Parts: sequence; structure tokens; C-alpha cells
Amino acid sequence: MTATISPARTSAHAAVRGGWAGRLRRVLPVATVLAVAVAPFGVTPPVSSALTRMCAFAVLVVGLDLLTGVAGLPSLGQAAPFGAGAYAAAIVATRLSPVAPLQLVAGAAAGGLLAAVIGWLAVRLRGINFLMITLALAELVHALANQWSSLTGGSNGLVGLPFIRIAPAGPPLVATGYVLWYVLAVSAACVAVVVVVSRSAFGRTLRGIRDNEGRMRALGYATFWPKYLVFCIAGVLAGVGGSLWVAQAQFVSPGSLNFEVSALALMAVVIGGRGTLYGPVLGAALVVLVRYELSPYLAGRGMLLLGGVFILVVYLLPKGLAGGRARRSA
Amino acid sequence: MQWLTDNFITILDGVAFGLLLFTIAIGLSLILGVLDVLNLAHGALYLAGAYLAVQFFTGRVSIWVFLLALVMASVLGAGAGAGLAFMMRPLAGRGHLDQALLSLGVALVLADLISAVFGNDVHTVSPPGFLSGSPQLAGFTYPVYRLAVILVGLVLALVVYLVVERTRLGALARATVIDAPMVRAMGVDTRPFVAGIFAFGTVLACVGGVLGAPILGAYPGLDQYVLILGLVVVVVGGVDTVRGTLVGALVIGQVEVLGVSLLPRYASFLVFATMVVGLLLRPGNRMRVAAS
Repeated sequence: MTATISPARTSAHAAVRGGWAGRLRRVLPVATVLAVAVAPFGVTPPVSSALTRMCAFAVLVVGLDLLTGVAGLPSLGQAAPFGAGAYAAAIVATRLSPVAPLQLVAGAAAGGLLAAVIGWLAVRLRGINFLMITLALAELVHALANQWSSLTGGSNGLVGLPFIRIAPAGPPLVATGYVLWYVLAVSAACVAVVVVVSRSAFGRTLRGIRDNEGRMRALGYATFWPKYLVFCIAGVLAGVGGSLWVAQAQFVSPGSLNFEVSALALMAVVIGGRGTLYGPVLGAALVVLVRYELSPYLAGRGMLLLGGVFILVVYLLPKGLAGGRARRSA
Repeated sequence: MQWLTDNFITILDGVAFGLLLFTIAIGLSLILGVLDVLNLAHGALYLAGAYLAVQFFTGRVSIWVFLLALVMASVLGAGAGAGLAFMMRPLAGRGHLDQALLSLGVALVLADLISAVFGNDVHTVSPPGFLSGSPQLAGFTYPVYRLAVILVGLVLALVVYLVVERTRLGALARATVIDAPMVRAMGVDTRPFVAGIFAFGTVLACVGGVLGAPILGAYPGLDQYVLILGLVVVVVGGVDTVRGTLVGALVIGQVEVLGVSLLPRYASFLVFATMVVGLLLRPGNRMRVAAS
């Protein structure tokens, strides 16, 4: 993209990228992962658990950013694959095995399969219509979880899941720090995959579709397939996020499929900065912090604060907290 | 025939529920059609109306209190609609997604404020005194209030239909749906009537909340239920016709009420199955599906 801009601006971009800001951008992700990794040594178990939830939620959100920010498909139904992943992981945990990687694969498969079904219909629509259909279909999945009690435990959900293990013969991870390490490792890998996908030729195709789908079609792209594929990738990531969430919470209920989860995920993307990938990771941390961790201290009015912050960001920071600097296509 | 007599009351309930949905969906549909804005705060405004009814309808409610509640709901809705239209104006250049996101933020704030004031209890609301009771009618007993809702809903549908299809204002609205820049190029200032349509839609949402309270009650989460069913009606009925919205609302009303009664296990799927079928079958959508 930068190649088409005037030479002066290109060199300015290059200077920024090569300067301290560029170095910071490269160091920051590693520093963040390291900081979270050493956190269990310095903080109390509840804080470790909060960090775990942030990491799990970040996987859902970064997948949604790939869909919303990079491909321009704003979904308000990402709770569906998230919840499917959470339920799949929980069902594997209660009936089959406490081995975490197995639950992870089950969650990813469930999220991906559900997205493959929903996406077949949804990606034919654009903009507001896409928003509507994803919202409505996610609500259908929510109803399904309530009804199908033999599998999902109905409105009570599935409780008392066993502690996860990394290997079948390994010890159960009872300490919150170990769970955090497991969730952090998986979510860091997921974010890395998303960054690679976003920078690939496929990512550039998605940006092209976002910016001008008609022209992409005129260039000979069958735009349905990239959109369908990115919807499925986002579904897999949401499913992974769901299974990681369950690994920490040891509990799942239809609440995981609620409209609120979809709304929170989209809020995290918008607050962080659409299409910037690392911004939404920050947004995910903020949303989990306010909604799930600080809410008890705010007299239960966390949603009020989040809604207010969200409105302010929509007005004042159209590109989100990550700002315009990250706008250049990576 | 026997089946029809057995389920007559349920079908009538479905009609009442469908017409209630119409008051929500027609606002959503007009706002979506004319402004291309998905107003996600619509459910929260319905909830505000419902809690207004909780506040007003205590004890034996006279016709004046009932009318006062409706007037209050109209004022509240008009204020909210004008406010939302005003809030969205600075975002006009940034595309419609940001406006939908703004309304999502407003919806969350509003719903949380309501639960902060009224708590998280489920409130049931009894219909006003002059509309309570269930007289015998050709062998059936049926609550007067629901008959009144059916009547009001039909009158409302007729009025909206006549305004949109038969007046100059309606013609402008339809023209704006199809090609807003062309309408402006012909020297029509679309801004005031765009705000007017927004306010009209939100008034219907709040009034619908008051009318619907004796049927659906008021509880946290009702806003999402109503919003999603409204969206389903819009999807089934199509954005650009009053008739389509009315048919969509009546169909979804039947599916939701009759479906719960006949196939309780599958009721919620039926609604969405209807939506998917409607989405695939509607000529406009078939074109849109084929185009991508």
C-alpha cells in the first residue's frame, strides 16, 4: 500500500518504522507476554485468574478484529462460536478427558463448524445486514443451548468441570499460575497466527474487499470465498477463546452465548482500534477488567461505565485507542 | 375445523403479539430504510416504555392515567429519537456502522440505567381497569386488553400505510430510501424529516412498551428479546414496505405464540427458521444473495 503514496510520505513512514516507535512496536508484544508470564510470581491468585480471562477473551476479540477490522464484516454474533467452543470444551472435560489440548481442539472444531454453517448464509450480506443476520443467528444458538438440556445442562449449564491437565498422565493444574501459562501460551500463538494471516496476501485480499469489493470482483476475485474463509477462521479463534475461558472458569452456561458477549467483543474491537490487531487485544483486557473484575467495586454498574467509554471512543477516537499510526497496512 | 376452534385463543394471542411486534419493527424498519441506520437502542426504548407502565399502572388504573402514560411515552420517545438523531449527525460522514455502534452504546447505557433504577426483578403489569376482564365472545372468553391491542395495532398499521404510501411526505421518504442524494439534488432538505422519522420510530417503541407491558411484563433482558424479534420481522418482511413489515410481524407473532403452544421444544428455532426462509425467498434478497 505504501508504495503508491508519494515518495516523501513513504520515507516518513519508513523513518517511523525504523525509529524508536518501530522498535517499540516490535518489542512491546514480547514485553507484554513476558510481563503476563511472570505475573503469577508477584500477584495474588485472583489477579492471575483475571489475567487468564483477559488472554482467553483476547483470542475471541483478535479473531473478530480480523473479521471486522481487516475484512470489514462487523459481526454482532461472535458469542455463537465462542459459546460453541466453550460448550464443546466443557463436554469433553466432563465426559471424555481433562486433557486441555483435547478440549482446545474440540472447542476450535466446534467454533469453526458453527461458523461454517452461519457464514454460508451471513457473508452473502454486507454492513448492517451482516450485523443483523449474525446477531439473529447467534440468538438462535443461544436458544439451542437453553433447549438441548441433555447435552448442555439447559439453563443451569455445566458446572464443576475437572481441573485441566496438559498430558493424560500429567498432574491437574490446580494453581492459577499454571492455568495462566497454558492460556497465555495458546492465546499468544493465536495472536501471532492472526498477525501472520493479516500480513499475508490473503490479508491484503481481505483489505481489498473491505475497501472496495466491487473493484476486487472486477479484478477477478471471487470475493465470497475469502469472506467465507475469514468468517471460519474467526469462528475457530472464537472457539479457541471459549475453550480457554472454560479452562479457567470450569463452568459454562447459556450466558456464554448471550448477546452481551457479542456486544463486549465488538466493543473491545472498536475501543482498541479496528484492524490494528494489537489495539483490540488491549481493548479485550479493558473490557474484561471493567465488566468482570471491577464491576463489584462499581456497585454492579460496570456495563454503564463500559457503555459510556464506548460512546466516547466512537466520538473522540474513531480509530480507537491504537490510533491512526497503525492504520498503514502491515 | 376442530383444530381451529381448539387453538382459536392462541391464534388470537399470536395476532396481538404480532401487532405489538409491528409497532417495534415498523420503527426499526423506517429508521433502517430511510437513514440506513440500525437503531440498536430500539429495544432499550421499548423497555423504558414498559417500565413507565410499571410506574403508572398500579392499583385500578383509570382511562386518564392510561392516556397520560401513553402521552408520557410519546414525549419520552420523541425526545430520545431527536436526541439520537442529533447524536448521530456528527458521525454521518463516517458511515453507518459507527452510527449503529453508537446506538449499541446508548442501548447498553440505557438498559443499565433502567436496571439501576428499577432493580432486576420481573414485574408483571395488570391492564388498566376499563380494559380488564374477559367477556364471553361467541363461546370464547378473551381478555379485552388484548382485543384493544389488536385494534390499536391495526389502526396504527393503517395510518402508517396511508402516510407512507399515499402522502407527499411518504413519497419523499420512499424516494430517500431509494436514492437520498438525488432527493437532495432536487432541492429537498432531507434533514428535518430524517430526524422526524427517527423520532416517529422511537415514539412507537416507547408507546409499544407501555401497550405491551400488560402482556409481556417488564424485566432486564426484555430489551434484547424485543430488539431481536423486531430485527427478525424486518428481515422477514423487508425494509421498504409497510405491508411487508405487517405481514412479517403477523407471521412471527403466530410462529412465536402458536409455535410455543404446539411445539414448545422447537419454538425458538421456528422463529429463526422462518427468518432464514424469508431471507432466502424474498426477491430482493435473492438478488442480493446472487450478486455476491
